Amino acid sequence: MALLETHDLTAFYGDFQALFGLDITLHDGETVAIIGANGAGKTTLMRAICGVVRAVAEAVTFKGEAIGGLAPDEIMARGIAMVPEGRRLFPSLSVEENLLIGAHGRKVVGHWSLDTVYGLFPILKERRRHPGTALSGGQQQMVAIGRALMSNPSVLLCDEISLGLAPVVIRDIYEAVPQIKAAGAAMIVVEQDIGQALKVADRVYCMTEGRVTLEGDPQEISREAIHDAYFGAAA
Amino acid sequence: MSVLDTVVQGVLLGGLYALFAAGLSLVFGIMRLVNLAHGDLIIIAAYLILLLVSLLGLNPFVAALIAAPLMFCAGWLLQFHVLNRTLGEDILPPLLVTFGLSIVLQNALLEGFSADSQRLPSEGIGTASIGLGPVTVGVLPLLTFASAVIVILALNQVFYRTALGRAFRATSDDPVTASLMGIKPQRIFATATALAMVVVTIAGLYLGMRANFDPSIGPARLIYAFEAVIIGGLGSLWGTLAGGIIIGVAQTVGASINPEWQILAGHVAFLAVLLVRPRGLFPKGAR
Repeated sequence: MALLETHDLTAFYGDFQALFGLDITLHDGETVAIIGANGAGKTTLMRAICGVVRAVAEAVTFKGEAIGGLAPDEIMARGIAMVPEGRRLFPSLSVEENLLIGAHGRKVVGHWSLDTVYGLFPILKERRRHPGTALSGGQQQMVAIGRALMSNPSVLLCDEISLGLAPVVIRDIYEAVPQIKAAGAAMIVVEQDIGQALKVADRVYCMTEGRVTLEGDPQEISREAIHDAYFGAAA
Repeated sequence: MSVLDTVVQGVLLGGLYALFAAGLSLVFGIMRLVNLAHGDLIIIAAYLILLLVSLLGLNPFVAALIAAPLMFCAGWLLQFHVLNRTLGEDILPPLLVTFGLSIVLQNALLEGFSADSQRLPSEGIGTASIGLGPVTVGVLPLLTFASAVIVILALNQVFYRTALGRAFRATSDDPVTASLMGIKPQRIFATATALAMVVVTIAGLYLGMRANFDPSIGPARLIYAFEAVIIGGLGSLWGTLAGGIIIGVAQTVGASINPEWQILAGHVAFLAVLLVRPRGLFPKGAR
């Protein structure tokens, strides 16, 4: 059984339809990459999974339970954590407080704790008393990832973690992915940086205008097929 | 009355205004909600304490200990079931609803307790005073001021030292992202208002012991509270204490020149501070 699935998932912003019947599957321990151009609906997909954008109950199932339409905090409590686009650290909180709030109100058992997150990103330990938003972009992204890990989620949703970062910083952050996978989290990684996405992914979906236009094993998909799917050319 | 004496009395009076204002400041700081019924809620608390004192024959301080958890629950329910529905992009609904609530509370008090002035029994401490060097201060104003400082210290501890305070600040920053952390913003808001109602109870206690009160005086307390919050800078609790003190000192200094100038002097001080520092003395975000 799949860990997380969407079935015929649609999403709207008012009258504007952003997603048109998406079927996405994530298995235990798997990393799935979602690629696609700006406005393809990648972020909307993530927001629909984590409850920020409303979905029909049966459109999202997690461990067999229909979770579409639940509030974000209820979905999070079931074990789905999000690294939101633009990081969205809390400016009033220090780095350490930003991390601690990721495990707000729950006794967490699992690999991830303040110590192991600091082990993954040692620079954060040095900066732990600083306001989260006083850090560099790359360090802020580390805080956002660490914050999501603090709840020891079964599924980690990463939305555009390379956005606005220098290539060398992106590489540093992606070096953490194998450790996150090894600790047992399945991941959905939304990326515009196709190279990074294909490197870490077990499977890849390409989205165009709210639909999946290509799906497969990153080793087997040709560059031409991605190019066609990306730009909406007939496959 | 010496100048020093006048200033000291003003500072202590500022403690009372800071108590009026602390709950308002807390609620505004967390959810940008301006509660126009805040003053009436202080009066409700004073009547609740009065009821406990007269029905059960309790000391007002003991009665306040019983009133505080009741007000806590009432605040939680009020926020969760009524005020949360008014929060959003538009700033008008919370103003209209709390304005309406203010009228409802005043009329309910008028029905229940008539327009007669009431006062909480303050027995010995109402008139007791102690000498502090060159000035003599009343025990009750001193106690009021000390309570204001303790309340603000305690609220700051909650804000900066506890998981609840972390959730308060995170929800204030960004409720949507906070909900992704497993926080229920609606409950955080309800808890904040509940906590503010405990402060309101303490304010009601000292208001009722210091002077007469009746159902109609809530809005004037709201004005003092507002001025203290705005002088201090929206969202800063220590600033609120400073704001209360500025109004208190301005009022006693004004009254010492001409008794008719007491209230006016407080408002003039408020306008003067706004003229020089439009965002208040310690605006949030300037830390």
